[in-house]
Amino acid sequence: MVQRTLSSVRPFLAKWALVAVPYLWSLLFFLAPFFIIFKISLSQTAIAQPPYTPVFDGMATLWDKLSQLSLDNYAFLGSDPLYYSAYLSSLSIAAVSTLLLLVIGYPIAYGMARAPKSVRNALVMAVILPFWTSFLIRVYAWIGILKPEGLLTLLLQALHIYGPDQQVHLYNTAWAVYIGIVYSYLPFMVLPLYAALEKMDHTLLEAAADLGCPPLRSFWKITFPLSLPGVVAGSFLCFIPIVGEFVIPDILGGTSTLMIGKTLWAEFFNNRDWPVSSAVAVVLLIILVVPIVIFQNQQKKA
Amino acid sequence: MTMAVGPIKRKFAPWEDSTLKPLIRFENVTKRFGDFTAVDNLSLDIYEREFFALLGPSGCGKTTLMRMLAGFEQPTEGRILLDGKDLAGIPPYKRPVNMMFQSYALFPHMTVEANIAFGLRQDGLDSSAINTRVSEMLSLVKLEKYAKRKPHQLSGGQKQRVALARSVAKRPKVLLLDEPLGALDKKLREETQFELMDLQVELGMTFLIVTHDQEEAMTVSDRIAVMDHGVIAQIGTASEIYEQPASRYVADFVGEINLIDCKVKAVNGRQLTLASTAEAVEIVADSNDGDVRVGSDACFAIRPEKVRISLEPPPPGASNVLCGEVWDIGYLGDISIFRVRLENGTIVKATMANLTRIVERPITWEDKVFLTWPHEAGVVLTK
Repeated sequence: MVQRTLSSVRPFLAKWALVAVPYLWSLLFFLAPFFIIFKISLSQTAIAQPPYTPVFDGMATLWDKLSQLSLDNYAFLGSDPLYYSAYLSSLSIAAVSTLLLLVIGYPIAYGMARAPKSVRNALVMAVILPFWTSFLIRVYAWIGILKPEGLLTLLLQALHIYGPDQQVHLYNTAWAVYIGIVYSYLPFMVLPLYAALEKMDHTLLEAAADLGCPPLRSFWKITFPLSLPGVVAGSFLCFIPIVGEFVIPDILGGTSTLMIGKTLWAEFFNNRDWPVSSAVAVVLLIILVVPIVIFQNQQKKA
Repeated sequence: MTMAVGPIKRKFAPWEDSTLKPLIRFENVTKRFGDFTAVDNLSLDIYEREFFALLGPSGCGKTTLMRMLAGFEQPTEGRILLDGKDLAGIPPYKRPVNMMFQSYALFPHMTVEANIAFGLRQDGLDSSAINTRVSEMLSLVKLEKYAKRKPHQLSGGQKQRVALARSVAKRPKVLLLDEPLGALDKKLREETQFELMDLQVELGMTFLIVTHDQEEAMTVSDRIAVMDHGVIAQIGTASEIYEQPASRYVADFVGEINLIDCKVKAVNGRQLTLASTAEAVEIVADSNDGDVRVGSDACFAIRPEKVRISLEPPPPGASNVLCGEVWDIGYLGDISIFRVRLENGTIVKATMANLTRIVERPITWEDKVFLTWPHEAGVVLTK
């Protein structure tokens, strides 16, 4: 009898153990750290080690400490226009970059999807290949290209487009940031677009042509609408991390670009103001959750 | 989709009228893909209002031929004329032919209505004209209630109807049907075959159908071209192809047939006397079309329904008699198929209509039976 109960419980447990893994993972590595950050964001700065006053340090003082929780840091974010403009500039940089990525990535993905089957895998490989080099090294390499005495200047001088005393002034500008972002995120745009375009049934285009639709119009009437899931996926895959991007504007943009990722870093390491930087991070998360929810609704519909 | 056109009674044979010009003409058309020759120096005339079928196994070039007419492939050599005009260089979107695709190729992001209207929109018709035509087409295929649905919300049969409505909406001169009924179940397929015939008569269009299903080709079409490795093996009406196959290939591909290898023993006007190479049997057939010589190899072909099966021995001295043992019986309801094993092991098929309601059939397994047929029942094939 006992034996039977055990054997019927075991597969049940095994099933739940399997399902629990991703939940445990998120709990441990996302939800718990998030609550720690959230807790810090509600506390006050202190010049100490750690440089903040812990709110909970025992059940006895719990109520006392709870009353110390405040939204002051969030109020501070609202009062200082620096944060407001950093968020806005991050969102606009991310939006412009995503648009650029779409304009550049779509023809690449389209060309790959239309290429002969035998070459397609090699092309996908070529898109993924840069990942084999460290992201940081690739971004640093752009300094060598873009700096005034860099490779781009040398090339333009060699081609006699620029005179020997002329130089390219891209490094430490917003342009350099866009170049860096578009370069780094291109695979994340191309691959979902390619996946959407590659599975499209070619006979649909034949059917459109058969019904009197010239090729360019059938692209806008058939191919583009059918690739929309890829467009949406690629755009979100790029937009969301670009908003929080810190490395590229720091390395290529110098002081000329204001992005929330950089503000966060400065707040955390330069100012050592953990509570305010935690509040910045929480607000950023909330801003990004909105598009993620829209994205997931889109996916459900598709 | 049944239309009030009444029974179709016509003697329609434009191909016999030498004064008529064909609507479609393939002139020595060859199509090669690399080393592979899909269509080999093929010439074919199709006349206006004809329901023409290209029949053959997969890979015989029938689809390539149709795709060249639609403009998706260019002939390597030769010309294709439509209404006397060479189609070379005219892109598919400018050709007055429409195609119904085997996969239907319905636009998945558009409603049924928008799918049907797609071709009309390309012609720049105004929206009221488009709406009128679309509702006309929807009622033609009885899908009025489904106008707002997307293709993935339709059954296979409904998709097939949308594809059909979309391809005839522009009233093309020629409608191309690429295995149009392949994805439907047998009952629906048979129904739709008759609907297609009615539709073709009502619309007065020329239909060109590609199919590997000989029954389908025979049911719907006025003429059939049986294709084999890029060439036409035979062109004719369904009954010509079935009753007077031009070659062993056609006889074997279209319908069931018994093929017996023979040597020609004697020629007497239309009457041929053959000796079977495998059995000691003499076959007499009224089937000489002029080029059979004594001593040459030939193949005697006879359809199973023309073979009489009997338990009684025929009178002595009768010709065209085979005797054997009933090896297998297939009871199909309307007919029974008997597979009779001759002494040397050859299997000959004979069918018998089940005209009475007897459950215990008189001829059963392992019975010794006699197969007989009249002189004019079989065909002698030399190719």
